[in-house]
Amino acid sequence: MSQYFHSIRIETERCQGRMKCLRVCPTQAIRVRNRKAVIIEEKCIDCGECITICPHNAIIPLTDPFGELTKFRYTVAIPSPALYAQFGREILPEKILAGIKKLGFDCAYDLALTCGEVSFAIQEYLRDYKGPKPLISNACPTVVRLIQVRYPELIDQIIPIELPRELAAREIKKKKAKQLKIREEDIGAFYLTPCPVKMISIKQPAEKGKSFLDGAISISDAYGPLLSAMEGIEKGSYRKALESICILGVGWAMVGGICRTLRLKNSMAVSGLPEILKVFDDIERGKLRNIDFIEAYSCLQGCVGGSLTVENLYTSYNKILKLIETLEFEQIKACPDIREVRKLYGQQYFFIKGKFEPRPLIPLDKDLAKAIKKRKLKEKIYELLPKIDCGVCGAPTCLTFAEDIVKGEAKLTDCIFNLSQEYTELSQELSVLLKESDSLNPGKSNNNKTQNNKD
Amino acid sequence: MNEEYILNQNFEITGGDFSNAGKISTSIKEILREIGIDHSIIIRASIAIYEAEMNVVMYARRATLCLNINPEKLHFELKDEGPGIKNIDLAMKEGFSTATDEMREMGFGAGMGLPNIKKNADRFKITSTPGEGTALNMTFCLDKTGKK
Repeated sequence: MSQYFHSIRIETERCQGRMKCLRVCPTQAIRVRNRKAVIIEEKCIDCGECITICPHNAIIPLTDPFGELTKFRYTVAIPSPALYAQFGREILPEKILAGIKKLGFDCAYDLALTCGEVSFAIQEYLRDYKGPKPLISNACPTVVRLIQVRYPELIDQIIPIELPRELAAREIKKKKAKQLKIREEDIGAFYLTPCPVKMISIKQPAEKGKSFLDGAISISDAYGPLLSAMEGIEKGSYRKALESICILGVGWAMVGGICRTLRLKNSMAVSGLPEILKVFDDIERGKLRNIDFIEAYSCLQGCVGGSLTVENLYTSYNKILKLIETLEFEQIKACPDIREVRKLYGQQYFFIKGKFEPRPLIPLDKDLAKAIKKRKLKEKIYELLPKIDCGVCGAPTCLTFAEDIVKGEAKLTDCIFNLSQEYTELSQELSVLLKESDSLNPGKSNNNKTQNNKD
Repeated sequence: MNEEYILNQNFEITGGDFSNAGKISTSIKEILREIGIDHSIIIRASIAIYEAEMNVVMYARRATLCLNINPEKLHFELKDEGPGIKNIDLAMKEGFSTATDEMREMGFGAGMGLPNIKKNADRFKITSTPGEGTALNMTFCLDKTGKK
């Protein structure tokens, strides 16, 4: 049954069946059965919308607690650049990284540097690419999963370049193992994540390879301890701290950041799942062929809008934007050497090892004729339904409910409207029966109503 | 049509209705997905249907699109009421278009519509009566042996 690993778990005891998650799920992957929410695994794309909306915190992201650190001889923290957006404008990455080290890691790695390298690698890939356009960024694992499930036709348009966090973990492990003369397995690499979906991309990468990371810690869990840890750190020179920031890399925290810092002309950026669906529909119709590259993030405003962040997403988006503007204005270019990147690119350093495979939804039936029959039945059932998508039956819409009935996963009487109709029919049948019994026993009446009718 | 189809369904397309343009091809895509058509066929069919739908929206008054399915093939028949095409050979040439500047502004009218439909369908037929309308027939083979 568990073909897919999901980073989201429902705590059944806490679930009150209030159906908020049912309505918010963009792929209709949730049902409420016996007053408890359940996730349909093949439909879930781990976007985390249900986690954010649940009023009882009954939907839990699976991230790792800090305790995991003791399993390794040497530990590295690799924070998402979205972490840099969580604090005030004066607090720059240099100080944040120093704070992380104090939390018990042997090393805190500035991922922005690797992000910068990957930005350049994307540029190289775009230049040589001849296939169907636009190419789609693989930075957001939810978007990759959305394509696998709903847009399998677009799968070859996902950029096959390894994610910065994976590359960083791979290289650090190699380097440190050599330096410290320990095995790579003794080094634990932990990603500080802004969203739960990064967790699955570690446990079950979309391209079916193996992750170089050992776990993920949510930014919201790390935030409090990190804030205290940073208190004692001396503030260095602002200019010097600024000069160490890779502008290409911080761009990865927000939507449009990669396109902007690379100055890509024919590119587009989109965030938020409903908007992505519109754009992907257009790509599928071949409408956006003139666009080279699309950056798409399931969270609004990009990774800064992840469900495991702390700061308001517009505040954090703005912080990154201002940081980029400042770096542009000051002409600070702490970026990787493009010649070095080109050399590595030529050596296949940046490419993912596996391949993205489609994960299309299961049709109504394997047999075409049967599937069509079921579809017709589904439409007939749908016509019987009130079409107000109340959700009381446990399915998010009347249409999904009709589908569930056809698949044998729900009964028509689960719909309260049809239930009341059934009652009406029953009571009519009952009154007919009572009338009959009345006529069999003249003089004695069983029912006031029938007596009234006689009057 | 004397052939037996296990599914046939009609869709109405309204000329000039740009705000709803593309909805028919999206719903057809959903149907094909639900009944388990191979995704390489779905993508070709939805591109062809989208182009055909846009042609109606841009040039015709209205059209009926008929979707027919049997175990061997998907067949689409589109009949529109509109100006028709005077010179079909010319219309089938890549890059030829009678689109207005406004249509081009919106990203249409590159002269790729009909050639693109032909390229994506396994069989394609077009007939037109100027002043009356145009009819398209598009077929997609479901079993690989039936391909042209």
